[in-house]
Amino acid sequence: MNVLPFQVVPNAPLLRAQGVTIEYPAAQGVVRATHDVSFDVWRGDRFVLLGPSGCGKSTLLKAVGGFIAPRAGSLQLDGRAITGPGRDRIVVFQEFDQLAPWKTVRQNVMFPLLAGKVPKREAEARALYWIDKVGLSRFLDAYPHTLSGGMKARVAIARALAMQPEILLMDEPFAALDALTRRRMHEELQALWEEVRFTMLFVTHSIEEALVVGNRVLLLSPHPGRVRAEINSHQFGLHSAGGAEFQATAGRIHGLLFGDVDVADAPARAVQS
Amino acid sequence: MNAVLRTEPPVRPEYVLPLAPAPADTAPRPYPLAVRLWQSGWPRKLVLLAVLAVVWELAARWTGNDLLLPGFLQTARALVDGVVSGELPRYVGVSLWTLLQGYAAGVAGAFVLTTLAMSTRVGRDVLETLTAMLNPLPAIALLPLALLWFGLGQGSLVFVLMHSVLWPLALATYAGFRAVPETLRMAGRNYGLGSFAIVTQILVPAALPAILSGLKIGWAFAWRTLIAAELVFGTTSGKGGLGWYIYQSRNELFTDRVFAGLAAVIAIGLLFEHLVFQSVERLTIRRWGMQR
Repeated sequence: MNVLPFQVVPNAPLLRAQGVTIEYPAAQGVVRATHDVSFDVWRGDRFVLLGPSGCGKSTLLKAVGGFIAPRAGSLQLDGRAITGPGRDRIVVFQEFDQLAPWKTVRQNVMFPLLAGKVPKREAEARALYWIDKVGLSRFLDAYPHTLSGGMKARVAIARALAMQPEILLMDEPFAALDALTRRRMHEELQALWEEVRFTMLFVTHSIEEALVVGNRVLLLSPHPGRVRAEINSHQFGLHSAGGAEFQATAGRIHGLLFGDVDVADAPARAVQS
Repeated sequence: MNAVLRTEPPVRPEYVLPLAPAPADTAPRPYPLAVRLWQSGWPRKLVLLAVLAVVWELAARWTGNDLLLPGFLQTARALVDGVVSGELPRYVGVSLWTLLQGYAAGVAGAFVLTTLAMSTRVGRDVLETLTAMLNPLPAIALLPLALLWFGLGQGSLVFVLMHSVLWPLALATYAGFRAVPETLRMAGRNYGLGSFAIVTQILVPAALPAILSGLKIGWAFAWRTLIAAELVFGTTSGKGGLGWYIYQSRNELFTDRVFAGLAAVIAIGLLFEHLVFQSVERLTIRRWGMQR
């Protein structure tokens, strides 16, 4: 029974996006969401896509998930082109309705495993392991509507990790939570990553969240989404949030994203956004 | 003077209290028996039924004509007599058996149609066109045709029943399927479910509120169609149903039995609503928090 965590073998990029252009049909015509976006995600990365709304970061994540085919460019996972949704890339959505309301916490976590023909006994063992990891063992048989927002987010993360995907795709998973719960989730995600070292692609519009959660941040400019910069943030954790270096980096990012803002007075505003 | 004009609040010292243990009597208290009875629904509805029965009986006494409007007590007597003699249960049995066959056929048809509609665009076109064409068609109007095709037996009744269940249920199910959050559907695809598995494992449970209301509407339509068909075309193959009982009693001027037959239809409807549909709702959508 293999319930054990992920391997970290850094030799080549795990996820490779090259010149990805994505267009989608809208009411007034075809809209270009991203233009010529390239980036590499290595194993064990906590890679953040950061940008204001309209920069195509969620669209990019959905393309990596295989839900949207890019118009041009290529997306490769471990050397294989991404052609459709797959069990090696599990998405954690922002919305709470990603959990099936007709299943308990245990059944929700087991569901994708059983759908993938994992034997019931092993599915159950894996589900229990990961539910315990996110601290919800007391709520095994609770239905999602009885859980709080943070608990639902934890179930979704446990469900994703129980699948042992190559890469975890997180689409603003904590955006609908209150600030205090969000901070807790950052801590727990950090602890979980320290323990099992999964690879994660994380979409957010919060500069602070990007610096705290990620080890590397891809900045995207809006309309259409284009790469602005890639920035290291591995040196920041939850407790550096108030520090001078953190503030300076946040200010730099703010300046890069919103160009015309005077970088000198940016830090104070950047943290709020 | 300066002190009076000051609008800022005074700076007060901070303090920290040790956490006192919670009082012992803060556990949830159960409601009194009367409140619980009133909340459970049954007593409220029984009171409502009793009031209706009294109003009916008073109206009948005031009219004073058994042939036009027999009272509640007279009807109840006729109903009990019919049940005791075994006549009424036999008619009810024939009707229910026909009804269940037609209902099952309609449900199966609706499932096939909506599954196709969710998997392919052609299926969607087929469903939308067929429901728009056939849903307004009264099932009873198809009966002469059905009698031609399937003969004077149960077959033609099952056919029209299926027609009356299929379209409203397909419409409700389809609307429910389309209202399923995109996130849930994407999650299913993410786990590698095929289009049939998405329907059975994601769409059907997620759309269950709509499907259940479609099932209820279909059930009512089926009853109406069946009673009407039996009223219009009488007995089929020598075994009449409840509609035939009502028709025959009217011909023999047993108005109280007509009322007893109608009461039986209503009673079966109430029984199904409470025993079947509400139990299913309690065990599924209310338990899952999808409906209050």
